[in-house]
Amino acid sequence: MTEVTGYGPRDWGSHPPYVDQGYKSTALRGPTKPLIPLKATLSELTGPVYGHDSLGALDADLTKNGAKNGEPLGERIVVAGRVLDERGRPVPNTLIEIWQANAAGRYVHIIDQHAAPLDPNFFGGGRCVTDSEGCYRFYTVKPGAYPWGNHHNAWRPNHIHLSLFGPSYLTRLVTQMYFPGDPLLDLDPIFLGTPAKARDRLVAKFSLDLTEPDFALGYAFDIVLRGATATPVEA
Amino acid sequence: MADTLGQTPSQTVGPYFAYGLTPEQYGYPLKAIAGGRLADDTSEGERIRIEGQVFDGNGAVVADAMIEIWQADAQGRYAHPADPRGSNSDFRGFGRFGTGTDPKNRFIFDTVKPGAVGDGQAPHINVIVFMRGMLLHTFTRLYFSDETEANASDPVLRTVPDSRRETLIARRQDGPTGTVYRFDIHMQGDAETVFFDA
Repeated sequence: MTEVTGYGPRDWGSHPPYVDQGYKSTALRGPTKPLIPLKATLSELTGPVYGHDSLGALDADLTKNGAKNGEPLGERIVVAGRVLDERGRPVPNTLIEIWQANAAGRYVHIIDQHAAPLDPNFFGGGRCVTDSEGCYRFYTVKPGAYPWGNHHNAWRPNHIHLSLFGPSYLTRLVTQMYFPGDPLLDLDPIFLGTPAKARDRLVAKFSLDLTEPDFALGYAFDIVLRGATATPVEA
Repeated sequence: MADTLGQTPSQTVGPYFAYGLTPEQYGYPLKAIAGGRLADDTSEGERIRIEGQVFDGNGAVVADAMIEIWQADAQGRYAHPADPRGSNSDFRGFGRFGTGTDPKNRFIFDTVKPGAVGDGQAPHINVIVFMRGMLLHTFTRLYFSDETEANASDPVLRTVPDSRRETLIARRQDGPTGTVYRFDIHMQGDAETVFFDA
C-alpha cells in the first residue's frame, strides 16, 4: 500500500512566471493576485488515471497514425526517456500526450494559417505510456520551426508539446521539448521565460544509443515531476 | 532523502493544443481520452451541467483556453488508488474541454454533482486552467451555491478572504433542460478568480 501524504511544492525557481515581459500574451492572461496556499486533501492526492488502456495501436508512432498513402516527409526521429519524480523514482504507467507541427512547421489545427504545406501523411498528435520503470518512447518526424505573432520576425524553435498527468492532480505538467543546438532558442520568449537554471531541462539530448541504424535519429528526454513527500510503504 | 532532480519546467499549451488534447471535441481524427461528458443517463447521482467562460484582463472572452476538471463521484469517492473506497461506478471523474468550439466560447461539462469527500470539505470540483499566454497552469476550485452550510465550514474556503470567496462559487440555475451551474473564470481584475498554490 502506498501512503502518500503530500507532494513537494511547485518549484517556483524552475517554472516560468505567470506574467512574462517577453511573452506578450501573458500580460492579460496570467493571474496577478497572490496564489492562496492549499494544503493537499484527498482531492489533490488523487488525480485522473490514464494508463495503457488509453492507448490506440498506432498512438505512439506519429509517422504512422496519420498516414494516408505513404510516409510523412521529414527527418524521422525516435524520442525516448524516463518520467521520474524529484527523488529519481520512476513514474510508471502514466500517460504522455504529444502534439507538434509537421516537418515544414505547419500544424493541422484549423487556426494555423502559416503558409507552409500540410503533409497528408502526418497528423501530429499521439500519445504513449510509461512502463513499470517510467520509460517511454515514441516515433515521429522532427517538427519544423514556424513564425508567430509575438514580435517582428518571431519564430518558434523546433519543439514537441508534451502533456503528463503523473500520479496525482498535483503532478500535472504541460511542457515542450526542444532540440539541441537550435539557434532560435536564444530568441524565443517562451523558452526564455523559463528561469535560466532550468532551461536545459527542456532541451533533449541527441543520443547515438537511441538512434536506430538506417531508420531514425534518437533523442533522449527525461521528464521530472513533483515528488511525493511520503515514501511509499509496503503493506 | 534530499531532492536530487529539478522539476521539468512548465510551458504553455499554446494555441494548437486542440488536435492533441481535445481532438474529438474539435473534430480531429484522434480518439480523445476525455471530453466534456463525464456522466450519462445511467450514472448514479444528480445530473448537472457546469458551464462558464474565461475572461482575460480586458474582460474579453478567451477562445483558446482548455479547462480540466477532476471530481469525486456522487458519493464523494475518487476513482484513484489513493482513495481506498474507490469510485462506486465506472465514473472516472475527469473532464477536459476547450473554449474554441462553443459559439459563446464556453466550457461545458455534463457530469454528476460530486458528494462530500467526508473529511469536512464541502462538495467541490477541482479545476485546472490552461491557455495560450500562460506558461504555467493554474489550480482553482468550484463550489456550489446551494451548499451554503457546507461551504461555510469548508477548510479550504475558510483560507480565502471573504471578499474573494464568491469567485469560487458556481451559481445554480434550474432551467427546462436541467440544472446548470455557472462558473466564470476571471484571470485578472477586481473579480480575479482565486487560484491556489496547491
